[in-house]
Amino acid sequence: MSALIKNPFNHDLPPLEAPLVNVQLDGQWVKVPKGLNIIEVAKRFGKFIPHYCYHPKLSIAGNCRMCLFEMGMPKLDANRKPVVDAEERPVINWLPRPQIACATQATEGMAIRTNSKLVKDCQEGVMEFLLINHPLDCPICDQAGECRLQEYAYDFGKGRSRFVEEKVKKPKRVDFGPRIILDDERCILCSRCIRFAREIAKQDVIGFVNRGSYSTLTVYPGRVFDSNYSLNTVDICPVGALTSKDFRFKMRVWFLREAKSICTECATGCNIIIGSRENIVYRLTPRVNEEVNSHWMCDQGRLGFHYIHSKKRVTEPASHLNGSLFPLEWSEALRTVAQKLMEFPPSEIAFLVSARLTCEELYLVKKLMETLGKGTEIFSEIIPRKGVADGLLRSADLNPNTKGAIGIGIGKEGRRIEELKNKIRAKEINCLFAIHENPEEVGIQEDILSSLSFYVWQGLIPGPAVHKANILLAGASFAEKSGTMINIAGRLQKLHKAILCPGRAREDWRILRDLLLLVGVKERVFEKINDVFDAMSKEIDLFESLSWNTVGDLGIDLSQKLKNRSIL
Amino acid sequence: MAKAEYRLILKHADEPGYTVDIDCYLSHGGYQVLKKALAMPPDQIIQEVKISGLRGRGGAGFPTGVKWGFINHEKNTKPVYLLCNADESEPGTFKDRQIIYKDPHQLIEGMVISAYANRAHLAYIYIRGEFAKGAEILEKALAEARERNFLGKNILGSGYELEIYVFRGAGAYICGEETGLIESLEGKRAYPRIKPPYFPAVLGLYMCPTIVNNVETLCHVKHIVEMGGAEYARIGTPNNTGTRIWCVSGDVNKPGYYEYPCGAITFGELLYEVCGGIRNGNKLKAVIPGGSSAKVLRADKKYKIPKKKEDGSTEIVEMGLEDIPLDFDTVAATGSMSGSGGIIVMDHTRDMVECLRNIAEFYAHESCGQCTPCREGSLWMKKMLDRICTGGGRPEDSKLLLEVANHIAGRTICAFGEACSWPVQSFVEMFGEEFEAKQRKESSLEILEPLTNRTA
Repeated sequence: MSALIKNPFNHDLPPLEAPLVNVQLDGQWVKVPKGLNIIEVAKRFGKFIPHYCYHPKLSIAGNCRMCLFEMGMPKLDANRKPVVDAEERPVINWLPRPQIACATQATEGMAIRTNSKLVKDCQEGVMEFLLINHPLDCPICDQAGECRLQEYAYDFGKGRSRFVEEKVKKPKRVDFGPRIILDDERCILCSRCIRFAREIAKQDVIGFVNRGSYSTLTVYPGRVFDSNYSLNTVDICPVGALTSKDFRFKMRVWFLREAKSICTECATGCNIIIGSRENIVYRLTPRVNEEVNSHWMCDQGRLGFHYIHSKKRVTEPASHLNGSLFPLEWSEALRTVAQKLMEFPPSEIAFLVSARLTCEELYLVKKLMETLGKGTEIFSEIIPRKGVADGLLRSADLNPNTKGAIGIGIGKEGRRIEELKNKIRAKEINCLFAIHENPEEVGIQEDILSSLSFYVWQGLIPGPAVHKANILLAGASFAEKSGTMINIAGRLQKLHKAILCPGRAREDWRILRDLLLLVGVKERVFEKINDVFDAMSKEIDLFESLSWNTVGDLGIDLSQKLKNRSIL
Repeated sequence: MAKAEYRLILKHADEPGYTVDIDCYLSHGGYQVLKKALAMPPDQIIQEVKISGLRGRGGAGFPTGVKWGFINHEKNTKPVYLLCNADESEPGTFKDRQIIYKDPHQLIEGMVISAYANRAHLAYIYIRGEFAKGAEILEKALAEARERNFLGKNILGSGYELEIYVFRGAGAYICGEETGLIESLEGKRAYPRIKPPYFPAVLGLYMCPTIVNNVETLCHVKHIVEMGGAEYARIGTPNNTGTRIWCVSGDVNKPGYYEYPCGAITFGELLYEVCGGIRNGNKLKAVIPGGSSAKVLRADKKYKIPKKKEDGSTEIVEMGLEDIPLDFDTVAATGSMSGSGGIIVMDHTRDMVECLRNIAEFYAHESCGQCTPCREGSLWMKKMLDRICTGGGRPEDSKLLLEVANHIAGRTICAFGEACSWPVQSFVEMFGEEFEAKQRKESSLEILEPLTNRTA
């Protein structure tokens, strides 16, 4: 399996069948796949060739000149045989001119110097050139702290400027698109954003105008760069020229605590980094996973997290008493719920569960239903969410864990929603437990909910008919919990808790665990999410022989297992 | 008495009564060589061009036959394109313009022959935007040639098919860089391509094998086919064959274009005899030998030139500027180049710092802005020179100018990096004392107002 998004270029992933060639890297002979570019060759041996315009997933532009290196080829004699020295090593003919590493491919016998005097001189020269017209406004620049210009100035620059002329003035605060602001003075004209827009986002509206030092990045007149992938240009912009309207001026990046997780806005499950400080999430950025999203994520997913800090969130357990909300202690709330659940005959209980829950949570729900059912199957369903697949990263399924729900055996992919509605109306179902779903969304409105005897709602932001809920349980958002989900391609991936739950809200698996204890499952108490996962792997054969630690940051492919079960 | 010109390319150009009409061209033996060429196998024409030793007249002096040999016609399955580079933009150069404006059919004949030799069935003349009249003349000439079946399907019954189109350039110097030209022709900004991998002979126009030749070069092909490669090679000196059109401008009494066999005339003969000497009886100070990007040569300096002796060994001869023969190799041996043949003459009244500032302004204005060193360096050097010329010079500026230039040359995508840094390197090295004098601010030379107020 390869990335769900089809990159037009994969300079960092040479074809498996590429033969190995011998190259001399800073005096050391090493074997590398033929055709691999020199930046990647160096990377494989722990050396770093600085670069701005080169990106492994975009076409090669070769314009920044930061990756210049010294190249040599074996000296050939009259019979075109390599000349060898006393130690039988080929004698190298060094080219007088430096070459760009991004556009040079490894060939047999090639010699590479990444830190010679010439190379250092080239790097110092390019750094000086890039900085002379740069505004040097790092103190107010959002990129500061993750800026290649800053980093390379320290690592490869001279540390001082000889430029005493006036700098070139260029447009500031240019509206680049609905989500991006451009500062042209900061732009180093690497053309990464242009190539991204053309080659990956397929919205070729960005380009340069004017010439020479006055070259200016701009959007085609009358057009905006509003692709759903536009914010990736902010990520790949090596400097602070492109900034996200959503994130700019909100937080210095070095204050951000980073947690690895996955995006839950659709079934693709793009790997992300959650950047937070003091329990507030400030941004999501894509995390490289060549099996899923490569380097990218969509703007919808990236900006879709703000609801977690909504003022409308339920942040403590509560009950409804005479129409008003009444805060409860967790123990009291949970005891009430458990007691009620045990009072109803299993056939009168229904679980409306979200496919946005983690596998662990779904497993605990399943266990809860089994315990309550005592052999009778309890009604359960999920709410399906349909979007439009865009051929890049968006899936038509907007629930991040539909495959997990099916695999664990919760719901029937939403086919029984109507049945649920009718059963409540007919008073066949009298107790509803909605977990992270608002029944209103699928037409189970106030009037229908009114016929329930007992309605428990667990989640984040309640719907309009929440006053019908007898008990409200405050759950956790994706950023507040750890767990696993299975994406549309059958990949099991991990979420990691980035921030604490607000108020008295709790991670959902802990709520469900406590309910399980209260309804009488006491053989094992789950202390950590790992315990839940490990128990799940023992009970549900889809997860057989997996453990929390083996899943790893990049997830594990379960597609074969899912295919065998006709889930994929 | 000045040496008589040997006009091969410009044979008829200035003849009274010679027009751009096809009838006039035909009455002077036009398109006869094409008939001969179409009877030859294409490879034989390439062979003749190789034998002739013809070197490109656009500036780099690359052997044309070798360039043509880069395309492997046995393996190639893509169409081949021939592009005529008529974007003559190098300051001091005005030779291609004479051919286009006065003898367009010679170019067309040369192009048809070259296209035939390279198995191209589509060719473009990329003419600089400012040559509006030239484009018009070429359009008309192409229509005439098409009418007479020198173009189009089944040319002169040979079964060979070729179409030539005129494409007007976008008014930028960089459009003359061959890969920039190709990008421009494809309808994009003329950003030169990185080489490797985009060598025109492999991945040129629309990623197909492409030959890009200068106007004058393509005209020479006609004469090579006419007289045979070996015979042509007798014009000029070994490795510097054929004639060259030298464009003389600046402080001489008779500026203009003069055609001579390579190496047949020295700088001294050209400037003092052919061009009637330095204006106002002034003293020669410096010469830029090959268009403004070539390194400047100081008149009172001795140049060490390697010379081949009869026994095959080489010796180093010291030569004054006046004694240097005008060809490719000897001029190159001075450290400069004969480039596009644009000879710019400066007399002793010239302020070399101002001259350099003028050149630097041109290159800062024309840098395409694609790659960092040239984009940032060219404007930096121009700004420094502006400052020096307007009285703000500092003693360290000469060294800084040199260091900036050294950080550009050899580190850019195309040869523009050299084009903008060579003048700076050579002016500062050759006329360091003038720069130092200006930077001391005690200069006897008057501090001049800026040449223009243009900033962009």
